[in-house]
Amino acid sequence: MHTHRQAPFFFLSVYSCFIFASCVSAEEERRVRANDREYNEKFQYASNCIMTSKYNIITFLPVNLFEQFQEVANTYFLFLLILQLIPQISSLSWFTTIVPLALVLTITAVKDATDDYFRHKSDNQVNNRQSQVLIRGLLQNEKWMNVRVGDIIKLENNQFVAADLLLLSSSEPHGLCYIETAELDGETNMKVRQSVSVTSELGDQNNLSSFNGEVVCEPPNNKLDRFCGTLYWRDKKYTLTNQNMLLRGCVLRNTEACYGLVIFAGPDTKLMQNSGRTKFKRTSIDRLMNTLVLWIFGFLVCMGVILAIGNAVWEREVGSLFQSYLPWDPPVDNFLFNAFLSFWSYVIILNTVVPISLYVSVEVIRLGHSYFINWDQHMFCSQCNTAAEARTTTLNEELGQVEYIFSDKTGTLTQNIMSFNKCSINGQTFGKCTLKHRHRLDFTPFNPLADLDFCFYDDTLLESVKVGDLHTQEFFRLLSLCHTVMSEEKSEGELVYKAQSPDEGALVTAARNFGFVFRSRTPGTISTTEMGRPATYTLLAILDFNNIRKRMSVIVRNAEGRIRLYCKGADTVLLERLHPCNQELTNITSDHLNEYAADGLRTLALAYRDLTEDEWEAWSESHRCADKATDCREDRLAAAYEQIEQDMMLLGATAIEDKLQEGVPETIAVLSLANIKIWVLTGDKQETAVNIGYSCKMLTDDMTEVFIISGHTVQSVRQELRSVSLTGRTAACPPSSWSTFALIINGHSLAHALEADMETEFLSTACACKAVICCRVTPLQKAQVVELIKKHKKAVTLAIGDGANDVSMIKSAHIGVGISGQEGIQAVLASDYSFSQFRFLQRLLLVHGRWSYLRMCRFLCYFFYKNFAFTMVHFWFGFFCGFSAQTVYDQYFITLYNIVYTSLPVLAMGIFDQDVPDHRSLEYPKLYEPGQLNLLFNKKEFFICIAQGIYTSVVLFFVPYAVLSDASQSNGVPLADYQTFAVTTATALVIVVSVQIALDTGFWTVINHVCVWGSLGSYFTIMFALHSQSLFRIFPNQFHFVGHAQSTLLQPVVWLTIALATAICIVPVLAFRFLKLDLKPQLSDTLVRQKKRKPVGRSVGGAWRGTGSVSEGRLGARGGSRRSGYAFAHQEGFGELITSGKNMRLSSMALASFASRHSSGWIDTLRRKKHTSAHTECVLCFSGDILRNGEDVDCSKTHYELGFNGE
Amino acid sequence: MVKQEKEFVNRPDNTAFTQQRLPAWQPMLSAGIIIPGFVLIGLAFIGIGVALFVTSQSIQVLEVDYTGVEQSSPCFKCSDPDVKNCVCKMEFNIDSLFKGPVFFYYGLSNYFQNYRGYGVSKDPNQLSGDLDSFKVPSDSCAPYEYVGKTPIVPCGSVANSMFNDSFKLYQIVSGAKIQVTLDGKGIAWWTDYNVKYRNPSVTPLKNAFNGTVKPTFWSKPAYELDPTDPANNGFINQDFLVWMRRAALPNFRKLYRRITEGDYAKGLPAGNYSLEIAYNYPVLSFDGRKKVVLSNVSWMGGKNEFLGIAYLVIGSMCVVMSIVMLIVYAKFKFPEEE
Repeated sequence: MHTHRQAPFFFLSVYSCFIFASCVSAEEERRVRANDREYNEKFQYASNCIMTSKYNIITFLPVNLFEQFQEVANTYFLFLLILQLIPQISSLSWFTTIVPLALVLTITAVKDATDDYFRHKSDNQVNNRQSQVLIRGLLQNEKWMNVRVGDIIKLENNQFVAADLLLLSSSEPHGLCYIETAELDGETNMKVRQSVSVTSELGDQNNLSSFNGEVVCEPPNNKLDRFCGTLYWRDKKYTLTNQNMLLRGCVLRNTEACYGLVIFAGPDTKLMQNSGRTKFKRTSIDRLMNTLVLWIFGFLVCMGVILAIGNAVWEREVGSLFQSYLPWDPPVDNFLFNAFLSFWSYVIILNTVVPISLYVSVEVIRLGHSYFINWDQHMFCSQCNTAAEARTTTLNEELGQVEYIFSDKTGTLTQNIMSFNKCSINGQTFGKCTLKHRHRLDFTPFNPLADLDFCFYDDTLLESVKVGDLHTQEFFRLLSLCHTVMSEEKSEGELVYKAQSPDEGALVTAARNFGFVFRSRTPGTISTTEMGRPATYTLLAILDFNNIRKRMSVIVRNAEGRIRLYCKGADTVLLERLHPCNQELTNITSDHLNEYAADGLRTLALAYRDLTEDEWEAWSESHRCADKATDCREDRLAAAYEQIEQDMMLLGATAIEDKLQEGVPETIAVLSLANIKIWVLTGDKQETAVNIGYSCKMLTDDMTEVFIISGHTVQSVRQELRSVSLTGRTAACPPSSWSTFALIINGHSLAHALEADMETEFLSTACACKAVICCRVTPLQKAQVVELIKKHKKAVTLAIGDGANDVSMIKSAHIGVGISGQEGIQAVLASDYSFSQFRFLQRLLLVHGRWSYLRMCRFLCYFFYKNFAFTMVHFWFGFFCGFSAQTVYDQYFITLYNIVYTSLPVLAMGIFDQDVPDHRSLEYPKLYEPGQLNLLFNKKEFFICIAQGIYTSVVLFFVPYAVLSDASQSNGVPLADYQTFAVTTATALVIVVSVQIALDTGFWTVINHVCVWGSLGSYFTIMFALHSQSLFRIFPNQFHFVGHAQSTLLQPVVWLTIALATAICIVPVLAFRFLKLDLKPQLSDTLVRQKKRKPVGRSVGGAWRGTGSVSEGRLGARGGSRRSGYAFAHQEGFGELITSGKNMRLSSMALASFASRHSSGWIDTLRRKKHTSAHTECVLCFSGDILRNGEDVDCSKTHYELGFNGE
Repeated sequence: MVKQEKEFVNRPDNTAFTQQRLPAWQPMLSAGIIIPGFVLIGLAFIGIGVALFVTSQSIQVLEVDYTGVEQSSPCFKCSDPDVKNCVCKMEFNIDSLFKGPVFFYYGLSNYFQNYRGYGVSKDPNQLSGDLDSFKVPSDSCAPYEYVGKTPIVPCGSVANSMFNDSFKLYQIVSGAKIQVTLDGKGIAWWTDYNVKYRNPSVTPLKNAFNGTVKPTFWSKPAYELDPTDPANNGFINQDFLVWMRRAALPNFRKLYRRITEGDYAKGLPAGNYSLEIAYNYPVLSFDGRKKVVLSNVSWMGGKNEFLGIAYLVIGSMCVVMSIVMLIVYAKFKFPEEE
């Protein structure tokens, strides 16, 4: 049974949480008055009690049964059951249907109940969390579920936010507070929220308890990054945005305490609105199975009609004459009506062609496969102590059919950990990892403040610092000063850096280890420890980073009063701005940069410029001017920055390794050998994405051409696409070389390429390329790309990602995989499978997926076969019993055949079968191909199974017919009585299908043995029990076959019949399989054979050699095209935040002296913007993708969304 | 160690089962097994087939159709349903000794004992001697449930249509008729006679049937079926039991008597015989046929040519297949292996 119920959340919750009922009616706007429960209760807003469970003890049975009978199969069997209660039709006892049906319903119900029990448990746990609510001026502890809309609650540091709150005030200055939104959107960087200034002044609980402002806002919705509302207080209006909101699921960080007003509670919160609506995914086998089941229904009806016509003819020609012995029932007295009844009777006895146990068995097998995935030690990551998890149990076999993989980059291919790997200082390169110096440098004796986790291997750099090389020292001084990192020193020497991007963190940490330790900052100073001596620099200005500038600078004054500008940035922009005297150094450094870039490292160039006091004064003035400007402030600022970042002296360059996840290049290589196409969809910049493409071997230098599409208009994109396909076509004449193209497309172009008229063009171009990288794409576009392939390619797609921005893609792909790693759990929650390392993907697909597919296909083939063999015997018998719907077998046999006699062996095969061992699947990725081409179970295979089943049924009926009709026992008693015939046929059937499963089972574990032999044993045991005299004495009415097992099975003729039937059924199959194996062997067959003969040389079918070679290649020489870039995963705005001092603790700095001077900083900008847009409400409510696209166009807007914009 | 265990609490168990490394046997359809296997199976089947065929050939069967369709048939006069208590005689000749024990069957053709409605038309409770069911027969017996308001015992179509021709066999030795003794004991299944069917424990048996009527087609009530042997009456009458065991197919034969006693225990000598038939059972209305079959048996039962031939055919096909497979294997496999 399908585990997913699609009923929406509200529908489910009304059963148990009646309060929610009121929410069903559409809410147009929400009015909340603080501290006024009576007023708020009028609106009957949802309480903060969440209920993800579906049932309680009373409702379980009716609701669960109702849901189960929505399954077509279950209803069908219920219908059959009703038919069987009509005596004229009933050709079988009622229990032949009700026993399997009850079994199926019970299994499903037990499963649902267990699931629901765990939901109840987690609901209770969440609902009973404590929070502090301000009631009548006093803080009281309340359970989460008792928190009401309109309450003011107090949050403390590291607490989860209990509901969607409007931030009123906080312990931090300016009503700021910090939150981590990992649970909500998966992003780990901290975000700032700020209260409206009037409420932030309220401060503590005494004032807040008298606060009676009223909030009018939008109704509950699921948009995480948007909130529109107005606060009315003391006859004034204040606009509220998402910047004022704390959402449920966030965690308060770095803030002692804050107060918030509950706006949305429980199911209305954005967290809950975003969850619980999983799209129901079906596998292609599922869909095929449903089609086939429909066909079988059709077949069933045809059989019924044929037999009913037969019955009509028979009744007319024979039956009417036979009435002396068998009169027609008075109500039936008509051959046509008789035939009509006979049709339904045959529908009942032939219903076993669509066995009810099919769906249950499929579920059981998938569940088994899911457990194997969960149990796999090879997919367990010991670093993060997480095992792989199959979160959906219904998709396993589709893992064996994947053709396209869509991968996120950050956190998926890469670890999102940057490490300072190499550097070039004054024309000398450091950080070469030679085999001689393979030990980590130990910094502790030299520098007590060093970070112990820092790795570096080249001791010449340390020597250079120690001997006091001026360039080296200046290099690290720059790194220690020019950044926007915040530090926290919990105890002396224990520094924690809070970097806005991991690149910066890596650079500052490198400087720290080489003796230039960044200690702390105030808005106007930076304190460092340089080579053990404390030093303080006055921070004059931060020339912040943005995407256009691709660089950042600081201007500092050192203790001696000398003013210096330090700049770091992308080499492309920075090298242009050097003083001409640097020419020689520039050339050398450029060479180094190329070298680094070729290794896939992220590079930055560093430079400085000395400023005189006059120069500084002059520039400072023009800067201030620009800063204060109301129109075109951004442009003016940029111009001012541009003005001073000139004539700089080059210091060197850094190279940061964006650490790939373990085994990524190998995995990609193996997957592409398995004919799986991998597309990288990333929100990152083009340069970064290309770098990663190279380092994970998706792009290689021997590629014929790497096309880059970056047009901004429809025309340019179309033109670029055309030129690509043109080059592609002309160059790709030899079909083998098509694979050496790669396509890189960025978000703007993609938006055009995905439009209806260009879609197919884009698709054909992209599919002709070996590698496709889409950069700067929005989450929505990620999903669109996936949908595009789904729509046009009819291929199975898999999306893998780790962050909230991958959720849409994960949900829209056939299979979604979440990396359970650093970045929150949103992706994991939306995913079907989760594990912690990208490299596990190869095992998931090539081993588990392949096996699942193989097993499921073998299972289905056999299952349809055995049911046709079983059921069609009735059809043949119909021609000899006047089409009277007389069953061939005993009714108990019919009841038990599917659920006892033949269920376990095929289940065991479906769960445990293997054709080749797991390591072979990884060594020979070609083994994956049959799944992609859908070769093992398709309509053709189905017809073969059916044909074999029908053939078997013919043999099973006509062999006993021919033998028994004239046979007699050795004591002269004829054997052609009905019961002997039934037992003989049934026994032959059980033996034939058991032999067949024995042939189909390729991997005989103990369990398979137990199941196969056990089933045969159980058949004979149960038969003897049912035919026993003692049972007959108790129920003479029920067991008509008394004594039959003995008397029939003692007859040699019966056994000769069974042996003959078995031989006729099995011998052709054996011969056919043998010939097929010889004439058309599959790769897997060859491998199995080889294993027996000799330890194999890995040379079959383009198998991929060696797993170690690629990883070594990373350091190997590769003449590389230059791919460097200012690869900051960085947002602007933090510079202003720092200089304004708004994000610093009051205690840690002398705020007063700077606050006034920088009052026009970040916060004020924010306010000003807000003010200007106040008349047009909701302008500030950007959606994420507007922001993403807008970054380049209008950078000013990104100020507001420091938080929700991050890759 | 303890620490390490703590660290990896989530690590899946490393057992052969969870890691799918259970020791397993992977059978293969290799030529070394399949081709000799086919030869062996083929030879075994041919062997069995020859044995069966030879045995079957030694079994003698003699069939006498006495339906009386043709006008020349002595029973033609009886085939008219209006004629009551008709007796006809069929004469036949045996060339050589018909080895004993000889079994005497009656056979019916085009007779649908396997029709579903027919098969369910009986009351198992009644037949197992339950007196309550004597008064209220099961609904399944309809329309042979009641006559008026009196219940029929035994009820239902099966019992009602019980075969009621009777036979006497004479050897004609120089004009004189010597009756061949027919033994009617033990012709029913042991379980039918001892377990499944029981008379009510009322003596005399007749009293149990008070307030009931005999089935409409019957000439005698159930407790008087065999006037010669009081123990062979009621539901455990052998002929009744034989009839109640439904045939699987529309053409069937049922055991009537054995010839195991007296002079004929060793078999029927060659000569002329006369079969005297009390012709009661109408079959012509539905184009049925009635016959008498005399047969002896071997270890494998009665004459069964199909079985032997089928074994021979399958056996030879296996051998042929093995040759084909050998050729294919040699042609497609040998070069590759070098």
